[in-house]
Parts: sequence; structure tokens; C-alpha cells
Amino acid sequence: MAKFKKNKSGDLPAISTASLPDIVFMLLFFFMVATVMRDNTLMVQNTLPAADQVQKLDKKDRVIYIYAGKPSSRYIDTYGTSAKIQLNDKFGTVEEVGAFVLAERAAKRQELQNVLTTALKVDSETKMGIISDIKQELRKVNALKLNYTTRVGDYTQNFN
Amino acid sequence: MARRKSPEVNAGSMADIAFLLLIFFLVTTTIETDSGINRKLPPMEEQIDPPIIRQKNIFTVVVNKNNQLLVEEELTDIKELRSLAVDFLDNGGGSGEEFCDYCQGDRDPRSSDNPDKAIISLKNDRETEYKVYIAVQNELVAAYNVLRNREFARLYPNEGLTYVEADLRYTDPRTSIDDKSSLKEKLDVIKALYPQKLSEAEPSKVN
Repeated sequence: MAKFKKNKSGDLPAISTASLPDIVFMLLFFFMVATVMRDNTLMVQNTLPAADQVQKLDKKDRVIYIYAGKPSSRYIDTYGTSAKIQLNDKFGTVEEVGAFVLAERAAKRQELQNVLTTALKVDSETKMGIISDIKQELRKVNALKLNYTTRVGDYTQNFN
Repeated sequence: MARRKSPEVNAGSMADIAFLLLIFFLVTTTIETDSGINRKLPPMEEQIDPPIIRQKNIFTVVVNKNNQLLVEEELTDIKELRSLAVDFLDNGGGSGEEFCDYCQGDRDPRSSDNPDKAIISLKNDRETEYKVYIAVQNELVAAYNVLRNREFARLYPNEGLTYVEADLRYTDPRTSIDDKSSLKEKLDVIKALYPQKLSEAEPSKVN
């Protein structure tokens, strides 16, 4: 019976690695789908405060992000240690917040322009003064929906 | 004559290529978990004559520049803030038209008349730290959520949900439109029972 020739040597057949690429591709596709690329390089320190009474943020295309905090270590030499506002990829002043929000709003699709939320990602060590100034600017341009982005956790983590 | 076989392409390096891509996406991935406290700012135009609100219907919370908390002019620990706010909102001291039949509070005539009248006024200093401000906001929202959960459980015991869970389901994009509209009705009822009236004063300057 030549067709069913036995492996005479008795060696274990090598495990086929042909399906390894398939497995890896599967993982690859998962991460490709789940990935959200960071569109802003953070130039400020950004440890968010903790809160547990939180609501989910709206879809990403309906959100305008404003960052604030002390400049990160590599910018301290240039910009000092007092809290700064970051708009897109550069530092901005309080007066520029209004114009920034209007420009971002104009760049969104027509039907989304009335449902936009402004997310404030502010470092937990920041003083409230700068945040109140931002809020005043937002009121001036009628961007009233606001979200204080936080990390999920017990509020007592904020006191230590 | 034996048929000539075409040489097989070596697919051994396919895994390497795929791994390279995989590692790239692994490194750049940030799975979004953005959530936070939603707030609505008041519009800019000032009211010409602000409505007169009786002092007993206002619950003042002040955070000073040393991050200390003053609730109704008394130095308070933040751990007590939630229960103090719940007591104030749920007091139901009003009578006649202002009587609140679902309130379970002490009905102290010196505290708020009903949840619709009760206003929490939050004031912070420019030197207050953001994390303390967020903690205070968190506790005040929690006070409303405690009461709304209680009413939700009382009015809709068959749902098997709390108010917060129902709200989460309502905002979830995967929920079907039918579910959403029935949830919205219930949520609106609860929101009307305990409306979130949180007023923020403009911060005081450093003196």
C-alpha cells in the first residue's frame, strides 16, 4: 500500500506554523479598529482629577478639547512653570480661546455645530483662576456645553 | 514525464511583517475612556432684575484659596458634603402650594421649601485647586443622584435599574430608539422631581 506510507523514522512531525500569520493578523485588525490616534501632542502636564459621578463624553467628532496645566518638563525652560492653556498644538492665551472655539466649530459639519461639547482636560494641580477665565470666554462665544474630563475614581484620591 | 511544479513562495516572513504592524498599533493605541462631569454654562446676557430667592432656599458652598470648604458658613469636611446637600434638597419644609409630597426630609421650616426651589450656590476662589473643585462638584452631583436613584426605584420598581444606570443606557448609542424614548420619558419625570439647580458665582479675586 504505497499510498499510505508510514513515517518510518518515527520522528514527531513539525508543528505547522502556517496559521501563525492568521492569528497575528487577527490581533492586528483588532488593534487597528480599536486604535484612536492621539491627534494632539500634549505640551502640558495632564494628570486628571478623579471623580465617580461621571457621564460618558459624546462622540469624538462632537467634542472640542482644551488642555490646561503646567508646561511639561521640556517646555519649562521656555515657558516657565505657571499654568498654560494648550489649543491644538500650541500654547494659547485666554483671549485666544474664544477664537479657537469658533474656528473649531466652523470646521465641523453643519449638523454638528449646535451639539458640540467643550471638554476641559485640566491638570489637577491647576488653580481655578485660569479655568474661570476659560469659562468666561466660552460663555462669550456661546459654547455652553462643558465637560470637565476626569479619571474614574473615588474623589478622596484628590486629597493627598 | 513529471509535471513541473511552480516554486512555492516562502511565507515564513509574513508573520514578521504582521508582528511589526501589530507592534506599531499596540504602541499607538489609546483606547478611549474619556468621561467626566457635564455642566452647562449660563448664557452671557445678564438678567435685568434677578428673581428674589429666599435665603433659606439657598445652600451656599464656598471653597476658599486654602482649599477649605465652607458649607452654610461653617467649616465642613468634604466627606459630609454629600449628606448635607441631600438633607437640604430633600427637606421639603414648604406648605400649601409648595408642599413636597415625595420628600422624605426633616421638613425643617428653616431649610428649603421643596426641591424645585432649592438652589445650591457654589463659589470658589481663583486660588482654589482644580482637583478640590472637581471633588466638590462630584459630591454635589452625587447628592442629586442619590435622590434621583431613590425616586427612580420608587416610581419604576420593575425596571431593575437605578437612575444613573438608566441615564447611562439612554446615552449609550447601542440602545434602540424605542427603548430610548421610553427611558427619556421616565428620566424626565425624575429630573423634574429633583431638578439640578446648581449656580456658580463668578470667583472672588484674591484679597
